[in-house]
Parts: sequence; structure tokens; C-alpha cells
Amino acid sequence: MLPIGTIAPNFTLHSTPDQRLTLEELRNKKVILAFYPADWSPVCGNQMALYNEMLKYFSRHNAQLIGISVDSKWSHLAFSDQNKFGFPLLSDFEPKGEVARLYEAYDDHTGECRRALYVIDEKGIVRWSYLSPVGINPGADGILDALEELDTVKSTNQ
Amino acid sequence: MTQLKPLINSNDHLFGNPAASLELVEYGDYECPHCRRAYPIVKAIKEILGPELKFVFRNFPLSNIHPHAFMAAVATEAAGLQGRFWEMHDIVFENQKNLEVDNLLLLASNIGLDIDRFESDLRSKALHEKVEKDFESGMRSGVNGTPTFFINGRKFEGDWSRGALLEELRAVLA
Repeated sequence: MLPIGTIAPNFTLHSTPDQRLTLEELRNKKVILAFYPADWSPVCGNQMALYNEMLKYFSRHNAQLIGISVDSKWSHLAFSDQNKFGFPLLSDFEPKGEVARLYEAYDDHTGECRRALYVIDEKGIVRWSYLSPVGINPGADGILDALEELDTVKSTNQ
Repeated sequence: MTQLKPLINSNDHLFGNPAASLELVEYGDYECPHCRRAYPIVKAIKEILGPELKFVFRNFPLSNIHPHAFMAAVATEAAGLQGRFWEMHDIVFENQKNLEVDNLLLLASNIGLDIDRFESDLRSKALHEKVEKDFESGMRSGVNGTPTFFINGRKFEGDWSRGALLEELRAVLA
């Protein structure tokens, strides 16, 4: 995982079949990058569906959630439609896993992303990260604690 | 690690013995099929452990995938205002596939609630906020799906569907 304080590597990936998203466009917002292994895991409240329920809590901290896996943009489109996701899923598809590698979140054995979380601040600096065992959905408490702490630090410095 | 926040308090619906030292908390969603499967398991646990157990149910509705879950949760809270939380909790799980508001009214009348009061309580802002507060507490406690269980404040990581939940409760009790 990238160390805290690193400048988050920039990237551009498909967010829908005809749109791309560039990390740098999200300056002035916090960004939650959630790398995950695959669309279509067979449980209710999988990690992305869980986070989708929490978007309003993330946005209270001026944070944008982004999901990233190596699935194709077409798979993402269907997965997103079925779950009514209100945040982008990026397709790290070609070259496969290139962005995940930049973030040290690629698993060479499975050819999928690991379950890695990053919180990036408004200036594009990595401020928090967490690598979860691949079979374990890490929930959102760590992300929320990190967002809260960033906001607290900011208000004490002002 | 993942710790229940806040601990059991006066806002919770409590089943069993309030003085019991063994505490089981479930975060659940009334429209979630896994929670439906857990429902009789928990019910059996409540019976087996009897006065040794205090059980609390907190709402964790996943509203995007389960469009009726939030209102079903509000309905149990509204029943709670008439002192009938657990009856509504049970009948809602037992009728999981029919949780449109009309059906919630039917269920409420089946258990003998004052329907006018129930209907107006369904719109109560305070009850909607209570359900949201439950959800937030789940988020902060590391709930990562439904159902999630906590035993004496600590997240239960085992497989609840195969008897491990009762075993763990017994182990804590011993």
C-alpha cells in the first residue's frame, strides 16, 4: 500500500462506456478509492452496495466515493444498474490492473484488485489507507473515522 | 477492533432479561433474505437461553436494494410506541415478501394496533430519525452487511447460520 503522505498517482479510467473520469478533476474534494476484487459477489450488502447506502454520510465530509475493479465497463454498467449505485465504478481493464498496481492494490495471483481502501484529501494527498483480507468486507467505520479526523484537523488549524 | 457504538442504551428495544450480563445485538434489514433466515435461529436462541440473555435489534435497512426495508423498520418502531415492537418485528419478518405500506397496515391491524395512530406514526419524523440513527450506529460499529451480530459489544465474525452463534454465546456465558 502507498504510504500516508504520498501524492496520489493520477489516472483516467472509464466510468461508463462513454465517459472517463480523471482523479485530478476531483481536487477540492476528498476521494475515497475503494479497490475491490469483482462485480457480482453473491451476497446482499456486498461492499459496494453497503457503501452506496452511505453516500450522504460521505458527502457530509465533502468526499466522493469511487469503486475500482478490473471488470469491464459493460459489467460495471450492469452491476451498477442492478444495485442502483449513485457513485462511479471505474474499469481498470486495459491495461489490466494498471491503476491498481500504481496503488499497490493488485493481486498477481488472482488477477484481481485486492480489497484496498484509500482516503485522499482535497489536495490529492493520501491520508489514510486500509488493506482488508480479500474475503472480508471491511465496512465503512474506518473510512468515516478517517474523514472525520481530516475535518477535525482542518478546523483546528483554521 | 470492531466494537459496538453506542452500547445498549435506553433507545434500544430490549428482549429478555434487562439484568442479564449476556448481550446479543443484531443489525438487520426486514427485507434481507439472510436476516429472514436468521430470524428463527435468533428466536430459538432467545428461547434456549431464556433469562440469561438480553437481545436487542437495531435497524440497518439497505434502502437501495431493499426499497421496503426502511418503512418496515419505521413500522416496527411505530408498533413500539404502542408497546408492541416485538410482535411487529416477528410478523414483519414472517411476511417479508409483502412489505408495501398497505401490507404494513394490514399486519399492524392483525396484531391489534390502533391503526389511526399507527398510520400517523408511520409519518413521524422522530421515528424516521430513529431508524437513521440505528443505521449510523451500525456504520460506526463496522457493520458490513446484514445480519451482523455483536456479543457483549464485540462483533461476531463466525457463521451465524450453523449453530456457531449459540455456541459462542454459551462460551461467553461459561
